[in-house]
Amino acid sequence: MNAFIAIVRRDLLLAARRKSEVFTALFFFMIVVSLFPLGIGPETAMLRRIAPGVLWVAALLAAMLSLNRLFAADHQDGTLEQMSLSPTPLAVLVSGKVLAHWLTAGLPLVLLAPVIGLQFDLSARALGVLMISLLLGTPVLSLVGAIGAALTLGVRGGGVLLSLLVLPLYIPALIFGAGAVEADVAGLGAGGHLSLLGALLALGVFFAPWAATAALRIALE
Amino acid sequence: MSQRLINWFKFASPASFYPLAGKMWPWFAALGTALAAAGLWISFFVAPTDFQQGEGYRIIFIHVPASWMSMFIYCVMAFWAAIGITFNTRLSGMMSSALAPTGALFAFLSLWTGALWGKPMWGAWWVWDARLTSELILFFLYIGYIALTAAIDDPRRADKAGAIVALVGVVNVPIIYFSVKWWNTLHQGASVSMTKAPTMATTMLWGMLIMALAFWMYSIAIALYRVRAIILERERHATWVAELPEMQR
Repeated sequence: MNAFIAIVRRDLLLAARRKSEVFTALFFFMIVVSLFPLGIGPETAMLRRIAPGVLWVAALLAAMLSLNRLFAADHQDGTLEQMSLSPTPLAVLVSGKVLAHWLTAGLPLVLLAPVIGLQFDLSARALGVLMISLLLGTPVLSLVGAIGAALTLGVRGGGVLLSLLVLPLYIPALIFGAGAVEADVAGLGAGGHLSLLGALLALGVFFAPWAATAALRIALE
Repeated sequence: MSQRLINWFKFASPASFYPLAGKMWPWFAALGTALAAAGLWISFFVAPTDFQQGEGYRIIFIHVPASWMSMFIYCVMAFWAAIGITFNTRLSGMMSSALAPTGALFAFLSLWTGALWGKPMWGAWWVWDARLTSELILFFLYIGYIALTAAIDDPRRADKAGAIVALVGVVNVPIIYFSVKWWNTLHQGASVSMTKAPTMATTMLWGMLIMALAFWMYSIAIALYRVRAIILERERHATWVAELPEMQR
């Protein structure tokens, strides 16, 4: 547990020292979301309708952009190898890194989403549901993304390959996340979608660090 | 272990599997060709014209077996991936990478013929139906697997990384299928139901089953053929490859 906390603290500290990386992903999120009204047109009814999907797709892309830095720097300077040699199971350390990634890449999106949602004229209630769905969904993105990041570590053209591997696996989170808001707006209640999103999160927390660890061990061979 | 059992581990070695695969693939290829000829004959000449869909329905004799095979091959790939990870055998990874292009081909074929069938039947090349969408995502998963294994130069590392992708994918396929299905029911977009198909004539069913068997045999033959090529490519420095009769020429 101590090692877990130490890793989270270390990665957060590293992110705090290199603030530009965190902010680049955030501004990417804001810019992508702002492009949609420009491309589709400013009718309020239409914007309200597409808002959950647009915000979620932008969140997927933003989370994916920052995945590269999850393991790459540690792989380059050999820290990752030292981690794999430490007495603490590598899966615990990987979980710590994933948590730190979510805190720097996922949580800011959750906090920013309602502000951007206002541009799309979403009601306060829908904004609340959107925040809850992102709160449950973005950790899934970090967890599944960690598997892809570990697999593409040190591989030629890793960035594009990562998107090819990870985006199809993000589809369930996208469907339930955006679906929760839509269902709430349609008056069907978001409970079912949010429960399924929670189930995905539980599955991810259990399996993803394990798979990412196996992938890391292959990269470190 | 009893003496009567075949020693399966013997064939886990590429050196002993290579000649075995060489002996087997022509049989499967011949069987596949014969079954395909029979299946196509049934589907074009024996099976009656559907009174609702006309002649266009004959696409399903290719479409349905291709979809089945695309899903089945992904499971077989994941099976070999699991074997490869647990027993650390070289041949399993080669089998997975030999199967992937065939699976991707069938997924693509199923999407393509589906579009050709959808245009006259539904009036649209594509609808966001749960099955179509999951087949598309399955195609993406195949492409991801192929792209990853192609990007890694060391074949052993490529096999292991590919194995993890295949296993993560096979866990996700049902999740993706159900999520797309529920997404579709929420939206209630296209009002086509493929599950409530009219009961099929027996000859149609036979044609479809024979075509499915033909595709199955074709997949085995082509996978064995491809795995032989992969073995030769990877083991080209080994002495047993240099001693092969086909290498003497």
